Amino acid sequence: MNAGATGGRREQGRLARRVGLVALVALVALMLLLLSACSGPDRLGIEDMGLGDLPQNSLNPAGPDAETIDNLFWLVFWIATGVFVVVEAGLLLIVLVFRRRKGSDRPVRQSHGNTRLEILWTIIPSVILAVIAVPTVATIFDLRDPPSLSDDALEIEVTGHQWWWEFHYPEYGFTTANEMHIPVDRPVYLTMTSADVIHSFWVPPLNGKRDVVPGRFTNLTLEASEPGIYLGQCAEFCGLAHADMRHRVFAQTPADFEAWAQHMAEPATVPVSGPASAGYKTFVAVCAACHTVDGTDANGRLAPNLTHLASRTTFAAGTVSNTEEHLREWLRDPSSLKPMRPDLNDIASGRILGMPDLGLDEQQISDLIAFLGTLE
Amino acid sequence: MTAMPMDAPALPAPAHGHRGIWAWITTTDHKKIGILYGVSAMAFFIVGGVEALLIRTQLAVPNGEVLSADAYNQMFTMHATTMVFLVVMPAAAAFTNYFLPILIGARDVAFPRLNALSYWIFFFGGLFLTLSFFLGGGADGGWFGYAPLSTEVPEIVRMDYWALGIQVLGVASIASSVNFITTVFTMRAPGMTLMRMPVFAWMATVVSFLLLFSLPIVAIGLFQVYFDRNLGTLFFDAASGGDPVLWQHLFWLFGHPEVYVLILPAMGIVSEVLPTFSRKPLFGRSFVIFSGIAIGFMGFGVWAHHMFTSGLGPVAEATFALTTMFIAVPTGVKIFNWLGTVWGGSLRLNTAMLFSLGFIAMFTIGGLSGVTHSIVPADSQQHDTYYVVAHFHYVLFGGAIFGLMSGIYYWFPKVTGKLLSESLGKVHFWLTFIGFNLTFAPMHFLGLNGMPRRTYRYPPGLGFEFWNLLATVGSFVIALSVMVLLWNWIRSARHGKEAGPDPWDARTLEWSITSPPPEHNFDEIPVVQAEDDWWHRKYSTDEAGRPVPIVAGASGEDDDHDAGDGEGHEGIHLPSPSYYPALAALGMFVAVMGLVYVPWGLLAVAAGAVITLWGFFGWSLEPLTRESH
Repeated sequence: MNAGATGGRREQGRLARRVGLVALVALVALMLLLLSACSGPDRLGIEDMGLGDLPQNSLNPAGPDAETIDNLFWLVFWIATGVFVVVEAGLLLIVLVFRRRKGSDRPVRQSHGNTRLEILWTIIPSVILAVIAVPTVATIFDLRDPPSLSDDALEIEVTGHQWWWEFHYPEYGFTTANEMHIPVDRPVYLTMTSADVIHSFWVPPLNGKRDVVPGRFTNLTLEASEPGIYLGQCAEFCGLAHADMRHRVFAQTPADFEAWAQHMAEPATVPVSGPASAGYKTFVAVCAACHTVDGTDANGRLAPNLTHLASRTTFAAGTVSNTEEHLREWLRDPSSLKPMRPDLNDIASGRILGMPDLGLDEQQISDLIAFLGTLE
Repeated sequence: MTAMPMDAPALPAPAHGHRGIWAWITTTDHKKIGILYGVSAMAFFIVGGVEALLIRTQLAVPNGEVLSADAYNQMFTMHATTMVFLVVMPAAAAFTNYFLPILIGARDVAFPRLNALSYWIFFFGGLFLTLSFFLGGGADGGWFGYAPLSTEVPEIVRMDYWALGIQVLGVASIASSVNFITTVFTMRAPGMTLMRMPVFAWMATVVSFLLLFSLPIVAIGLFQVYFDRNLGTLFFDAASGGDPVLWQHLFWLFGHPEVYVLILPAMGIVSEVLPTFSRKPLFGRSFVIFSGIAIGFMGFGVWAHHMFTSGLGPVAEATFALTTMFIAVPTGVKIFNWLGTVWGGSLRLNTAMLFSLGFIAMFTIGGLSGVTHSIVPADSQQHDTYYVVAHFHYVLFGGAIFGLMSGIYYWFPKVTGKLLSESLGKVHFWLTFIGFNLTFAPMHFLGLNGMPRRTYRYPPGLGFEFWNLLATVGSFVIALSVMVLLWNWIRSARHGKEAGPDPWDARTLEWSITSPPPEHNFDEIPVVQAEDDWWHRKYSTDEAGRPVPIVAGASGEDDDHDAGDGEGHEGIHLPSPSYYPALAALGMFVAVMGLVYVPWGLLAVAAGAVITLWGFFGWSLEPLTRESH
């Protein structure tokens, strides 16, 4: 193939170009294939919520804790950027200046090092790091301080489950799931644990994340400065549906929050007639082993409390918007909306891994949806 | 000219009768074992790469439907496990095996058959992990296997494969660590003092100590996971008084030194390549070596920065924040010394050099984002997001893989006697460089914008779409670059230019012998006079400190082995081939396979134990050197 040294070199260059071209074409073809790959339906509709481009961003702090973190991050970011520019520009400059040019193989002075320089570039980074260390340590202690009594913090108990969140408001005595409401400008003190594996509770605009560990209680303070909806999701890998374990925080004015909490504390009323009544009977027969609806005979404790399901904006751990159509899909085949492992459920031992396909007929489903619709 | 070995009883020449695959199975030659490690690492690199491409394809668009959640969880778990344990570690082991003895002027490692055993245990361990895909699914609990997720659902054997697979690979690594440490401390050539050892040899030594001290920690943890899963123990079961966070401590007390296990060999390679192609000695050599040792020590004191969100309490968090910050100091010292090395040099920008320079550029980015992780409050936002994925790929791909690639271009001519094509090499480098940054730079933004790791899909509207698509495009560019590398390997091994013994006019002992080296490495064990001994045999320096070539033969010392024809090694004692190490490793494979399927698998455990014992028995009784025609 090679005909002499120079010919071989030319040949090699040509070959490299040809390989590059073929490779590029292959790449474009692959990408086209990829873009035509199907993307599943969007059942959540975040785009229509008017939350801006980056509703889960950690760099748009919406409360004092997130703000403290953000300030510290930017301080370090700019210092790091300075170091980055110095090192990378230095490297580039050195390469440009000292690269070997054709035909000029000048002899190079064989320097072995310089102790003064070594000391210098040990001390300078140490000083820079010390500058970063002081506010870091101070902030660590600040952020871990629980709110004091005078802060009048709202307490919420959080329990992580595979794969949904349970929120209990001890002051008001009710339990809900995946959607947390909080008053603005008042610290909310979360006491968290897990029913199964390790999860991590994270609402980026309001604070950093904190792991939720079985057998332990961890705490996190949330505080929002503005009313709004703040998105979050489980941040510690917790198995099959880790990606589909979302939650959202509704920050409300104190008056709105109080009204919401009072409403949530009210039990449901058992429907006495119509499809809702039939749906209720089905619910007690089929769903009540796992689900609770306060004020009715349904008092299972393994799955989300559905007392005020109809007032929630989402279901299935915050991954599906709460519409009749979606509920119908869910009741037909829950695992088609969110991956779960109901085949491993063990209700007797209190361990479930998702909602099974209940084998309901269309009439039962319609009745159930009618009943669930009454749970305002 | 070709002196007799030091102890000259006329032992029969080692047997070379076997050819083909049997020669590879029975080899005890550190160079052949190095090649085996290298080829295996490349094969697993392709496996891990395909896993990565599947991950990226799934994430290219929101709500991707290429992989199910189940398949995705297997892919990211096995991608990490494969890349860490079956690619970067064995690739570093390949270079260490092949070059450590040569760099220190030895004819082999201290325990050649143990070396073979290490390789075969690694091989079967990798096979075992990969086979799991066909026997019930790949591991799906993350490469970090957090309990109790990793201990639940014992009827699904995937995490048994993971726990046992890593355990087996750990045995291989511990054995080779002992081997390398012994080699370095007992088999250096006369005059090769520790401080004269090439930096790559130093880093390999530090890595060996790191593995020796850190692997037993995770071994205990892995046994506990296995026992929790199969024997009903409750080490990590909170409801019964166990502690899931204990696993995190055990894992990361291994896992963080492991990070330095992955990066230090690459740093060693860079410290060889930069001086060679700058035509200067390494700047601040002793500082580079001691900062490597310092990184090794401090690497054991930073593990809890993987657990800043676990709820350790502010005192522990502050402590580990400080240790983590200060490990940046020795790392910085290395980077500055590399810059000092290229400063004032005459830089030959070939592919090996480009990858080493790329290493400095990319590793710096990874190091700086690492410093932002030590800011605990900021880390509480970044932890378990794509920001972390970006960070460690800049360290482990931009760092470790770039360094290893540099080593491939640097040493390929020594191993094969052929030069890799430079034009293909440059295509490879630039595709890698561009693809790498396209893939991983966007992940910084994804993470800060709130995308957690290990999520198989994301809904539209969170602002993740653009960066994810870009990262996916980048990953395919990387795939392309790997194909160019493979093509370069195949083509250059056949049609490449003859390398000759010293194509780079390099500095260290491996370039004083033929390419490829003779089986016994050195006709005559070199007597080392200086750091970069080979360079000083070629050049003296004038008053201005510039090199002046020594006229061949003028030194009065006959050290020119370039034309070594291999005739001189008659009677040199070399270890004989042996199939017992491979046999013992096979037994372990059978036994471990059985452990997955207790209780009936215990039969296989027994059978495997018998095979292993047979292997060790034969090994201990076989004569060191024997005729085997």
